[in-house]
Amino acid sequence: MNARLTTILLRSPVLVTMVLFMLAPMALAVVYSFMTNGAYGGVRMPFTALAYRQLLFQEDFDGNLVFSTGYLAILWRSVLLAALTVVASLAIGLPLAWYMACSSPAKRARLLLLITLPFWINTLIRTYCWVLILRDEGLLNGGLRYFGLAGGHFLYNDFAILLGMIYTYLPFMVLPIYAVLERVDGDVIEASHDLYADRWSTFRRIVWPLAMPGAIAGSLLVFAPALGSFLAPDLLGGGRRLMIGSLIQLQFTSSRNWPFGAALASVVSVAILAVLFVVVRRSFNKVPAR
Amino acid sequence: MSSKPFDWKATPGLSTLSWVVYLFLYAPLLVIIIYSFNAGRQATLWEGFSLDWYAKVFHNRDIGIALSNSLIVAVAAMILSTMLAVTAALGLRHARAGGGGQITLGLILMPLVVPEIVVAVATLVFFSGIGLKLGLGNLIIAHTVFCVPFAYLPIQARLTDMGSAVEDAARDLYSNEWQVFRRVTLPLLLPAILSGAMLAFASSLDDFLISMLLADAGQTTLPVYIYGMLRLGVSPEINAVSTLLLASSVVIVLVALRMQGMTKRKS
Repeated sequence: MNARLTTILLRSPVLVTMVLFMLAPMALAVVYSFMTNGAYGGVRMPFTALAYRQLLFQEDFDGNLVFSTGYLAILWRSVLLAALTVVASLAIGLPLAWYMACSSPAKRARLLLLITLPFWINTLIRTYCWVLILRDEGLLNGGLRYFGLAGGHFLYNDFAILLGMIYTYLPFMVLPIYAVLERVDGDVIEASHDLYADRWSTFRRIVWPLAMPGAIAGSLLVFAPALGSFLAPDLLGGGRRLMIGSLIQLQFTSSRNWPFGAALASVVSVAILAVLFVVVRRSFNKVPAR
Repeated sequence: MSSKPFDWKATPGLSTLSWVVYLFLYAPLLVIIIYSFNAGRQATLWEGFSLDWYAKVFHNRDIGIALSNSLIVAVAAMILSTMLAVTAALGLRHARAGGGGQITLGLILMPLVVPEIVVAVATLVFFSGIGLKLGLGNLIIAHTVFCVPFAYLPIQARLTDMGSAVEDAARDLYSNEWQVFRRVTLPLLLPAILSGAMLAFASSLDDFLISMLLADAGQTTLPVYIYGMLRLGVSPEINAVSTLLLASSVVIVLVALRMQGMTKRKS
């Protein structure tokens, strides 16, 4: 009984903190999304679903509601860019993780450190690097001109946003995949070769299924922050090619529409929870219990 | 028939690809570091080596204030989140799957999955809703919450690693629970605690979005200040201050990871 009390006492500070300052704020944001926009930011009564209506409909000059795709398009762009980030990170991260797992232990440690390190460097600075490289007077254009080639506009487009997001979130993909591949028994791979499988079928039939749990975890860890990404669209997309993260931020700064911002944030949270739920369920169904 | 034994560890082309990826990760950072020593006004036109921009950074009072704000918030969030993480890790040590412990663990790890913008907005709404105005205190609370998982993970890993044999031995030698904790568990855990604390510190320094939405005038942190400078256009001064921030993060994390590595070698 005493041990049980100790456990409860040890767990409660973090539990209280997270419920009070993480769960409660998110719940309150959902409440705010159903309230009326205050004149100078903030919210007031009464409760309404206006914020969600704004997401789908616009009032035309006669005050009629017209279905509008403006915000939906931004949502769709965000999901698409986040999904592309996942696919690209997976395509880069999987071979890299395999390379790391195949290296000698000492080299592994060094490679691992080099993957982890950028994660701790300020995302603002890491995104700003690409501004220096891609902008019109930037390094890339300078280099192209030096070699007598025509430069171009590389900044402020979707590709720049995508590049910035891959650059930011790649470690999230590599680390979980590496974590599972590191534990793969080499004998399994050798057995596959002994049974006349070539590299490709060994990869497809052995390595990929083994890497799957890591790839799923990595995809989630990339998708979630990429979907709500603010810095990449803001600095590399020029703030004009909006993603949902920058749209939310706008509602709390210049647009001063808190309910709409809260509604967008709720939509993002629900979208991520849904993806999380589906993925976790599907992966549990697929992996046979051991 | 075949002369060489098959080596599955060496896939052709993979090592080249990996070095390209590492180049992709580090070359942009090198760009910013190199240009921070550029003599010219132009941010990306090389005009010779100089430390002028660093001198300018050190004489910029606003940067000094922003830096001290950042440090106050990071140190406070580090201490608070590490304390929460240590108690949580000890409390969750014998948690079973499916129990209440799993919910607590899920809550601890939540900041890792919820996008920063959502956390930022929710916290902003919450603070204004309950009318909490503690100045930097608001930032400290918000930072503490998202620093907890970073402090927690190394401590938890160490607890799993070390098992309970040594502690059981101490109990057999008639130590009471407090003595076991004070003389055995805590010393064994200390490197992991320090490492977790430093990682929490680093992730607080790393934050931009939450600070930007929550900080009032006078509470600007360094990343928020840099963002403000960026809005006015690219300048070599930004390169210099960014390099300083980058270098300090790298040093802190290298020390933290080294400490974690040492605990592994000892056990």
